[in-house]
Amino acid sequence: MIDEFDLTPIQMDALREIGNVGAGNSATALSQIINKRIDMNVPKVALVPIESVPDLVGGPDTIVVGVFLRVYGKAPGNILFLMPQKSAFYLVDTLMGREHGTTQKLDFMDESALMEIGNILSGAYLNAFFNFTHISMLPSIPALAMDMAGAILNIVLVQLGQMGDQAMVIETEFLAEDDGINGHFFLVPDPGSLGTLIKAVGVE
Amino acid sequence: MADLIKVGMADYKVGRSPSTLISYGLGSCIGVSLYDPQKKVGGLLHIMLPDSTQARASDNPAKFADTGIPLMLSDVMALGASKSRLVAKLAGGAQMFAFANATDIMRVGTRNAEAVKSILRRNGIKVIAEDTGGNYGRTVQIDLNTGAYKVKTIDRGEKEI
Repeated sequence: MIDEFDLTPIQMDALREIGNVGAGNSATALSQIINKRIDMNVPKVALVPIESVPDLVGGPDTIVVGVFLRVYGKAPGNILFLMPQKSAFYLVDTLMGREHGTTQKLDFMDESALMEIGNILSGAYLNAFFNFTHISMLPSIPALAMDMAGAILNIVLVQLGQMGDQAMVIETEFLAEDDGINGHFFLVPDPGSLGTLIKAVGVE
Repeated sequence: MADLIKVGMADYKVGRSPSTLISYGLGSCIGVSLYDPQKKVGGLLHIMLPDSTQARASDNPAKFADTGIPLMLSDVMALGASKSRLVAKLAGGAQMFAFANATDIMRVGTRNAEAVKSILRRNGIKVIAEDTGGNYGRTVQIDLNTGAYKVKTIDRGEKEI
């Protein structure tokens, strides 16, 4: 039995590598869509107290756009792609071929475009995941909300809150070459899923 | 300048006039306030889940409605509040993402609101105002000088309940 809250450094490294491969694939996908270079940092794999997760994206009252997908399969979990409001506006302007600064409010088409981005990024992420772990995982259809980061993060934290006081998050930050877009990609495995992932890469 | 005291997620604070207690970015969580208008003391609790008995062991009673409310209640009474004068207001309990087949966990906001009200009732405390539900986040604050409970949103302005 793997204690998910007490992983060895090697197990943490393995998770970081899984996150790295997944996020790398996503970054490539995003880069091809918007035709800009996308940098990403080394994924953070960390056990954080649930109440401080919103601080990772600038505090609970920061306005963000969040695309949420549920992940089904042998290692279920949640994916949340969070962008500061300004980045989301910049990204839709890029996608829609409008001049930057045009979007001041998301309309139906903009939301749909952002959800599709969430979809593509998650697909790319989970694909890389599969190649690495041979655990097949499927994303649900995406849902979108623009609101306070704390409120949006509730959806993933509530579930974890039922199981303990800490959250294991695999988080990657994206940054476009012109600084117009940055985002945080969170993979939050359900309780029990981390054990499955660790087993799959053989670092039990 | 009166004190502004921050209340984090799964946390509570109590205090007295002229302090203001504030909690940021509630989604499905609920901000429960207690206030004694005569003594001008009160508290604000930010709960995440309705029921501690349905969860695994936690070191944090303020995370749940059933354990957090009694805890805040006894602290507010220790500041001199009387149970018969205490009034409660609550806000939050949203469902942030709309899914066709919403699971229980996605409807946790509604369950939170119901649990909070029934626990307050069981403790003999009147709920005099409520702003719950919807699909948007809220920042809440209670002014311990007046008992005014302010609810701020991003697209729907600010109101006092």
